[in-house]
Amino acid sequence: MKIVVCVKQVPDTAEADVKLGSDGRGIEMEGLPLQINESDNYALEESLLIKEDRDGEVTVITLGPESADEVLRMSMAKGADEAVRLADPALEGGDAWAVALALAKAIGGMEYDLVLTGCMASDDGMTQVGVTLAEMLGVPHATYVTEMEIGDGSVTVGRELEGGLVERVEMSLPAVVTIQTGINEPRYASIMGIAKAAKREIHTKSAADLCLDAGEAGEAGSRTKLLKLDYPPAGEGAEILDGTPSEASAKLANVLKEKGFA
Amino acid sequence: MNDVLVLAEHLNGELKDVTFEMLTHARVLADAGGAKVAAVLFGSGVGDLAEKLTAEADEVLVRDHDGFANYNSAVYQPVLADVIRGREPSVVMIGHTAFGVDLAPSLSVALDAPLATDLIDLAVEGTDLVATRQTHGGKVNERVGFGDAAVRLVTVRPAAFAPQAGSRGGSVIALDTDVPQEPAFRRFVEYVEAAAGDVDITKSDVVIAIGRGIKEEENLAMINEFAELLGGVVACSRPVVDAGWLPKDRQVGSSGKTVKPKLYVAIGVSGQFQHVAGMKSAETIVAINKDPKAPIFQAAHFGIVGDLMKVVPALTEKITELRA
Ligand SMILES: Cc1cc2nc3c(=O)[nH]c(=O)nc-3n(C[C@H](O)[C@H](O)[C@H](O)COP(=O)(O)OP(=O)(O)OC[C@H]3O[C@@H](n4cnc5c(N)ncnc54)[C@H](O)[C@@H]3O)c2cc1C
Repeated sequence: MKIVVCVKQVPDTAEADVKLGSDGRGIEMEGLPLQINESDNYALEESLLIKEDRDGEVTVITLGPESADEVLRMSMAKGADEAVRLADPALEGGDAWAVALALAKAIGGMEYDLVLTGCMASDDGMTQVGVTLAEMLGVPHATYVTEMEIGDGSVTVGRELEGGLVERVEMSLPAVVTIQTGINEPRYASIMGIAKAAKREIHTKSAADLCLDAGEAGEAGSRTKLLKLDYPPAGEGAEILDGTPSEASAKLANVLKEKGFA
Repeated sequence: MNDVLVLAEHLNGELKDVTFEMLTHARVLADAGGAKVAAVLFGSGVGDLAEKLTAEADEVLVRDHDGFANYNSAVYQPVLADVIRGREPSVVMIGHTAFGVDLAPSLSVALDAPLATDLIDLAVEGTDLVATRQTHGGKVNERVGFGDAAVRLVTVRPAAFAPQAGSRGGSVIALDTDVPQEPAFRRFVEYVEAAAGDVDITKSDVVIAIGRGIKEEENLAMINEFAELLGGVVACSRPVVDAGWLPKDRQVGSSGKTVKPKLYVAIGVSGQFQHVAGMKSAETIVAINKDPKAPIFQAAHFGIVGDLMKVVPALTEKITELRA
């Protein structure tokens, strides 16, 4: 079973004061910790579980700058066999369409039974690349998957819908499955694994290697056009009870008392 | 401008709220562009749903067919693509739901049309349509254009627009577009309801919800004590369930439960829209978070900016003192 896992390196902004870059087209990355996108990490784990269960080969692929090698190495440290980075400034700055097209060109040239992606990138929140990729490859897809069982030339998945309702779907292989968080318990890499992965080769591919011309790659190849980034307008927002933890808590305790909760 | 097309989403005989939210905003766009609003409804035995949509749309295009008895994007996509090719709407609105996310990107490839997802706004600007969406966990707004495309596809965030009941009295038009057989490569099997657990968080007047900011499972003890003091149940965001610290039936949000308690206290929850979807109607919302820019403070009525490890014990103490 040959599995390709698409992974993305993203900045962790959950606790950060996000600043826009001066050109209004990106955020200041300095000081933001970089990590594998959360749902991609679950996709990687799922591929490793399948590999262990039934003989398989896992290739991780990313489109991104050199820093993204870190995510590929960590994936190999956990058990991925091969790593590919679509490494070309011409490929960057693209929308979901352009990213999916580059991935489709790369993956279309490989042997594969299953492609796994995360269901959504936490930075751009597009929720789009996996399905776009499937359609470009001409294979079936299922999104938001929280259960997966490989059959004989097929895969049965559970898609998590609103309210936790699960829709079970059967697909023939090859297929693209976008993985939702919580499907498994992602492992940590061992020290040994990390040491070994440090020496492994990462295959790189340029836009030319993928037979993409300038008009098909990156921003030029995008169907949507990024116009501008802004800070969200400050809404009415909460009444902030300030002071030390003890002072603020005293204020809140009084509010709760007034409202009959305390 | 050509039509604004809205794909109606429904399950178990009920139209989803997002359908009416989209129709309300479609009207704004259509009025600005001198165009019509058309709803597209696919399903099996959906006559009443079509009637309901006539209040909001100028035309309700219905394809009533057995093949739509259960949702399958592999069946929906080619039929919707045909309808779009035939009518060339300026924009097609689909909900940013598990259904829409499974469908819209493949439709975009089939039609070679641009797609912008998870919109919180869409506006006519001159001859262009400009979308607004959020990135980086709601800390950035991104404005997106569609180049010179004739047909633009969008998915719309649930609850981004407030629905208004219309009285349009649109006409129902039965389509006879070909509906393909369910393909062997993707088959619907069944729906499985989420299992019920021992605690029903939707029944409690007080809900104390924790998020990833709780950091360690052992910090739950402090939360349990606080919840007990207020007579509330402990609920959580998705990452807490993913980590295995609380069962799935405690999860609040779009893929979990919707709660409307008298008091909701969100502790170490950032307030992503998938979470807020499940608690925004609570009567009083309190947020405790160390990040003053966390989107949860936009949903909350009262907030404390601080370290939950200090605030929760202090709050427990103050409430205990008040009671003494
Ligand atoms: C299809 C889909 C469905 C989803 N459904 C749901 C759903 O139903 N429910 C849900 O919750 N999520 C859902 N999600 C996930 C959602 O997008 C977010 O990832 C999730 O809500 C984030 O959870 P969080 O706020 O706990 O974590 P984070 O976003 O990581 O936020 C943690 C917060 O804790 C704060 N914090 C950290 N340390 C401290 C401290 N010491 N003191 C005070 N504050 C601190 C941080 O400032 C931050 O704001 C869904 C996602 C998808 C793609």
